Amino acid sequence: MRKKKALTKDRLIWMYAQMVRIREFEERVKRTFVEHPGVIRGHTHLGDGAEATIVGALATRAMNDPAMPSYRCHGYPLVLGTSPRKIMAEIYGRKDGLCGGFGGSMHLADPEHHFPGTSGIIGQAIAHATGAALTAQVKDTGQVVHCFFGDGSTKQGAFYESLNLAAVWRLPIVYILENNHYQAYTHISLEDANCIAGDPLSQKAQAFSMPGVTVDGTDPLKVYAAVRTAAERARSGKGPSLIEAKFYRLSAHGNAITVPPVPTQFPEHEAVEVYGRKAEYAAAKKKDPIPRFRAALIRKGVLRIADAKRIESEAQAEMEDAVQFALASPHPTPAEAVKYVYA
Amino acid sequence: MAREMMYGEAIGAAMTEEMQRDSGVVLYGQNLAMTERDPMLRKFGKKRVRIAPISETAEMGVAVGAAITGLRPIVELWMSEFMLVAFDQLINEAPRLRYMSGGQVKVPLVFKAGYGFAAGWAGQHSNCIYHTMMGIPGLKIALPSTAADAKGLMAAAIRDDNPVVYLHHYMLTLDKGAVPEDEYVIPFGVADVKREGSDVTIVATGWMVKKSLAAAEVLSQQGINAEVIDPRTLAPLDIKTIINSVHKTGGLVLVDQATRHASAAAIIAAEIAEHGSKALKAPIKLVTALDTSIPFSEPLENYVLPNEEKIVSAVKSVVSRQAATV
Repeated sequence: MRKKKALTKDRLIWMYAQMVRIREFEERVKRTFVEHPGVIRGHTHLGDGAEATIVGALATRAMNDPAMPSYRCHGYPLVLGTSPRKIMAEIYGRKDGLCGGFGGSMHLADPEHHFPGTSGIIGQAIAHATGAALTAQVKDTGQVVHCFFGDGSTKQGAFYESLNLAAVWRLPIVYILENNHYQAYTHISLEDANCIAGDPLSQKAQAFSMPGVTVDGTDPLKVYAAVRTAAERARSGKGPSLIEAKFYRLSAHGNAITVPPVPTQFPEHEAVEVYGRKAEYAAAKKKDPIPRFRAALIRKGVLRIADAKRIESEAQAEMEDAVQFALASPHPTPAEAVKYVYA
Repeated sequence: MAREMMYGEAIGAAMTEEMQRDSGVVLYGQNLAMTERDPMLRKFGKKRVRIAPISETAEMGVAVGAAITGLRPIVELWMSEFMLVAFDQLINEAPRLRYMSGGQVKVPLVFKAGYGFAAGWAGQHSNCIYHTMMGIPGLKIALPSTAADAKGLMAAAIRDDNPVVYLHHYMLTLDKGAVPEDEYVIPFGVADVKREGSDVTIVATGWMVKKSLAAAEVLSQQGINAEVIDPRTLAPLDIKTIINSVHKTGGLVLVDQATRHASAAAIIAAEIAEHGSKALKAPIKLVTALDTSIPFSEPLENYVLPNEEKIVSAVKSVVSRQAATV
């Protein structure tokens, strides 16, 4: 086996910076509910807690590999190069939004940055990502699709059908199962047979005779190593793999569903709000991937405290700018609503 | 140059020609290209012609993902009802992604299936469910009624940059007709006047076009000259040709194999009620399937479906009421 090159110091710092950017972006989305009530409509889902998994996986990208996650989708395009201004403006429903205000938080798409689109329906985009892998295979682009989805999605038919098909056709795709422990509001112990039996969710891979591994999704280097192995396998024509990345979603499933004129707002995490498990939530907070990665990099001498602080303040400034840009952006012109129905 | 060809053959001819023309067109489905002898597989190879498991959600969802990333998939689904297994992909994914992306992506794909198989397939394999798709912005629906239309509409479906549901009628599979041998593309949204007439307008699709033409022959012997229009695509729907015809004839009979409230006829009737009612000299008449599931036994099946006699009698009642208002 070819010897794997270690991540360079610059790349590790880049990874830390991306994690910080995602967290800061999500924090600013969440703060909008308080600071600018009524600005965000509908249902918005945050990815705080997933940063190590998102960045660890996407750090393995080569050949413009596409990324296709679920509707909890703000973090990925940030890493791929989409402007946070455009993402925030889309979440605010503005004209300058990534999708012109036609999609919103759940439906980000930026094909220019290899982010072909998302679906708001749980699990369905797993099939779309599998289709993107078909394109890569037929056109022989050398790309590997990074398909992200939550633990809840693995109870959908789309998951089983897609993974079987991808294995049969040996499609170049890596399935990254983000086990964040809660399917919307329901704890995984109430709805997943593997979990109830005390087995890892990666066991589902056995049903398709494909490799399945479980990794600590709060450690970007562990995610990186697993996804890299799977991506190399996929790129060499050996087909798909399933990687379960275990972490804890740090925010509630989404903002509380309110009926106008009551403005939307973000509730406490289900662990506390629904199940009263304060200790579980406190423990999860202690495993927050960002301070842990920061400390590890400082300990290894990769990152200086001054650099960490600079990265953090740059992310704050970048996302403050995104918020101000989005607030200042006009709403779309109403009559444009009939555009884009047909190509 | 035209060649006599069966309806089913004409569909295959269009698919073959389009696959030759565009290397981005791929074809897959269940029980398809099972052996090396398969002619499409031999012509286009394993990458572009594939067998799929019985997984409609994956088959259709994969097509959506492949379409937004640059392929033009044709998914062979065999029977329109099988699409119901993947209703989300059909209704809530394929036609939505372009719109939600603010026009950034396009979804060029064809969901191909047969329908209306009135040959003892009973309740779950012989329905007409196109009405369900008609109200979905972003989705196009083609229903050829002749061999030539079968070819021209398939070529157009493959070239279209939107998701197209291409529904071929099983009862027409062996029907022969003259089919252009060269490139032949029928633009969507253009109805075809299958028979010119002056006394009454009949609008029908698929197998019902054949039934309506047969009814028109019977009516002509009784002195009634019926015009028969086939919209050919239900989305987009060419209402204008129908309105123009109604202005000429003053009467409208809508024939549809679907059950009444799930028929395209009900939608066309609503359009004419709003935009063409001044031209009507008699109320619109619908000839549809009865509001039942399709029964198995032949006499039962015959009873619930529209047929030549029902069309003749509906036309006569419209014409007699037209005469009463003159």
